[in-house]
Amino acid sequence: MKWWTFLITATIVAAAVFAGIRALNNDYYFFAGYTVLQFVVLATAWNILGGYTGYVNFGSAAFFAVGVYTTVFLHKTYPLPVPLQIVAAGIVSGLVGLGMGYLTLRLRGAFFAIATLALAVVLQTIIVNWSYVGGARGAYVLRPATIEIVGNYIHYLFLVMLGLAVIALTTARAIEKSSLGYGFATIRDDELAAEASGVPTLKLKLIATTLSGAFMGMAGAPFPYIQAYVQPNAVFGLEYAVNSIAMPIIGGTASWIGPLVGAILLGTLQQVATVTISSAVNVLIVGLLLVAFVIVAPNGIVGVVQKAWRRKL
Amino acid sequence: MSAPLLDVAGLGKRFGGFVALDGIDLSIAAGERVGLIGPNGSGKSTLVNCLSGTLINEIGSVKFDGTELAGLPAHQRTRLGLARSFQLPRPFSSMTVGDNIRVPLIYAVNARSHGRLSESDIATRCDGLLGLVGLADRARDFPRDLTQVDMRKLELARAMAAEPKLLIADEAMAGLSGSEVNDIVELLIMLNERGVTVILIEHIMSAVMRFSKRLVVLVSGRKIADGRPDDVIRNPEVERAYLG
Repeated sequence: MKWWTFLITATIVAAAVFAGIRALNNDYYFFAGYTVLQFVVLATAWNILGGYTGYVNFGSAAFFAVGVYTTVFLHKTYPLPVPLQIVAAGIVSGLVGLGMGYLTLRLRGAFFAIATLALAVVLQTIIVNWSYVGGARGAYVLRPATIEIVGNYIHYLFLVMLGLAVIALTTARAIEKSSLGYGFATIRDDELAAEASGVPTLKLKLIATTLSGAFMGMAGAPFPYIQAYVQPNAVFGLEYAVNSIAMPIIGGTASWIGPLVGAILLGTLQQVATVTISSAVNVLIVGLLLVAFVIVAPNGIVGVVQKAWRRKL
Repeated sequence: MSAPLLDVAGLGKRFGGFVALDGIDLSIAAGERVGLIGPNGSGKSTLVNCLSGTLINEIGSVKFDGTELAGLPAHQRTRLGLARSFQLPRPFSSMTVGDNIRVPLIYAVNARSHGRLSESDIATRCDGLLGLVGLADRARDFPRDLTQVDMRKLELARAMAAEPKLLIADEAMAGLSGSEVNDIVELLIMLNERGVTVILIEHIMSAVMRFSKRLVVLVSGRKIADGRPDDVIRNPEVERAYLG
């Protein structure tokens, strides 16, 4: 399937999802759906670096927060329509990704992961001490109640995140099927052999950190509007860092489907748990599932299905 | 006389206080078939790593096909036509055998020709290489399913896929049986007859003697002999290095 055929198919599916949820006529489903879609984008973005090239990024929350605070900053200085805020957040967080790549990509394995964690701490410290965007006390971003054509602003934000998820998934799948995807896989398998085969590993890793960072930031850009209030402890929190790693690992990191499956499954599970038990159990659920999958099915749900399929053949 | 394909002058490499390579001079003409031998720890693999860009030499220069290689990363050296295979096969484990071969075709050959290779060109070359090394029927298998000798063939085929002018085969026959060693020697000779200059690093002397038209001996990071194989193995210094 060509990338544009995939894009059209994904758009049709997205339109059906939007129409379906709209038919339910309950704003809660838009809130919950938005959160799940936000994780689809985050997990897909993490997987571009972590899954395709094998470089584990523990700093996802930092990139998400860069997106969030780009919106807060722009909202105060020069408010733009949400899609343009997303583009701006993508540029800023992509540049942060590129910078992180330059500084850290000569490190490998656990050392790289620790460096990404350090980046999150540095960025959080900057935000906490930057009073213009609210500092430690946080910032209020009041969203309009309605918008033309779509009507309800929450429905609009859901639609925007749905569009972003379609773009992120199409990009991830296109990478996977391209020579760039081959190059990424060689880096994950054996960097030394990749260089010896002519693969410009540093350049490819920089492309991966930039793309991954950009999508994580874009996932965070509409966040201030949906929440109306943001504060550093929430957006730099464990929830985003852990989920963006756990969802691709539980779904399967080798293909674009894995993060999608993982995000829908875990995201939905967390929404159900929030309503039925408490939001405090969310990270516990993710943690337990992550441990279980790492031990029982390290290739994730997609890996289990592929294995069963091969046996059947 | 035409310029050598590979011109190494005064190459030196240290690991802390240990001198791994001590002023190596080596000039290899296009089309040569060179055996590189030496006891364990003599610096053979370090030399390969310095030539291929995996390690950076502190002293000396390496010129390949007229280009000074100092500062060039490994992938650019491969694109220039200097390919190497690894002592222990390092296949891309998540990819099929066929896809392993496609990688250098995409990233070395296609990049060298500025993207002029079509998908079908790449597929044809890939099939041709797999046929050449006897892995045509294994294209869809994963490296983990291959035997030791097939893994060695895949390693060589991947290096050959970069369409090199110079191939450095680092212990391509380690751990193989007699007939399997012969297969690999035949393969390397055939490759040389097609115009590729080959440096073979090997401990199996029967294979080295059969393959090489020139023999270079390293001991303790220094080149102690360089010449016709029959003359080199009678060199007293070489005998001393090997037999004590």
